[in-house]
Amino acid sequence: MKLRRSMLFVPGANASMLSTVFIYKPDSIMFDLEDAVSLREKDSARLLVFHALQNPAYKDIETVVRINPLNTEYGLLDLEAAVRGGVDIVRLPKTDRPEDVHELEAHVERIEKECGREVGSTKLMAAVESASGVINAVAIATASKRMVGIALAGFDYVMDMQTERGDGTELFYARCAVLHAARYAGIDAFDVVYGDVNNEEGFLKEVDLIKKLGFNGKSLVNPRQIDLLHNAYAPTEEEVEHSKRVVAAAEQAERDGLGVVSLNGKMIDAPIVNHAIRVLQKAQASGVRK
Amino acid sequence: MKIVKEALAGTLESSDLLVKVAPSPTDTLEVMVQSEVIRQFGEQINKVVRETLEKMGVTAGQILVDDKGALDCAIRARLQAAVLRGADCNKIEWSRLS
Repeated sequence: MKLRRSMLFVPGANASMLSTVFIYKPDSIMFDLEDAVSLREKDSARLLVFHALQNPAYKDIETVVRINPLNTEYGLLDLEAAVRGGVDIVRLPKTDRPEDVHELEAHVERIEKECGREVGSTKLMAAVESASGVINAVAIATASKRMVGIALAGFDYVMDMQTERGDGTELFYARCAVLHAARYAGIDAFDVVYGDVNNEEGFLKEVDLIKKLGFNGKSLVNPRQIDLLHNAYAPTEEEVEHSKRVVAAAEQAERDGLGVVSLNGKMIDAPIVNHAIRVLQKAQASGVRK
Repeated sequence: MKIVKEALAGTLESSDLLVKVAPSPTDTLEVMVQSEVIRQFGEQINKVVRETLEKMGVTAGQILVDDKGALDCAIRARLQAAVLRGADCNKIEWSRLS
């Protein structure tokens, strides 16, 4: 089971962080060539990321590169560096329409062929950051077979909506729309960053909300948030024990030729069994909540 | 490839390096490497610098590398960035950078 709970942003121009960030063990590392890099450092950051991707230290961790939009002078060069460097996933910012994904996919395929990389091996992820992107979320999420995820980017979105970050009310519709698009497309959904890194209580409150909504995980801006997030997403011992009993009861029912079985007076049907199996898979992959 | 103007890339922060390049008055290639870890890793750093410049086809210029304990991947990247800036090169040949 591939977990994508934590996607840690790393500024592409920071050689020190690029050299050490793998030690924090997020589920995915996202090298940022967009907002975190000043205009005059775009070329140097692109080369740093190109070579960092080929560093053996990143062999066992999922790598993501956030390129600049393709309608800028940097976007296509960033994409060349990412695909040729061997990135697992390209994250496209400011995705407003499915055509943005189609354009990206065409370039990725061309670069894969040019550099001898297996066609289709580069996966894609779209970040929606505007009302237009949210409205088109389903079309974006289903725009390519390469799509593995869709992310909501909060700052630009609330600007576009003429509001500001607050208690989450301002993101409610966008979160639900992006999440439904992801589930419809069968891909992962990522929530916005939580920028107040010293506010653990606020961070955990937001994590609790997005976990209940159904997000796979969250984009992170500080390594300190990784363990907090992973622990919050891990199943509790009680959930694991209950899931084991559910699965055991279902297996017994199958051996007995029964379609439906009850556990402690409650009916167990297929969705409940599937949920229990997912809990056990998560526990195996992430451990139990501390 | 020749260095035709002065250029910089990188920083003097830990785990990074600063690369300065300038045109060579004698039309030759002059390389100088300084590093905080020159005793332990000097041979490897010089090898990475030499290979990177060779692969890019740099034949003339003054190259000064001030290393602060950077990994090989950062040395390659900063050196390439400085050379491309100094050579006023807009077209990237990716096969020369791998």
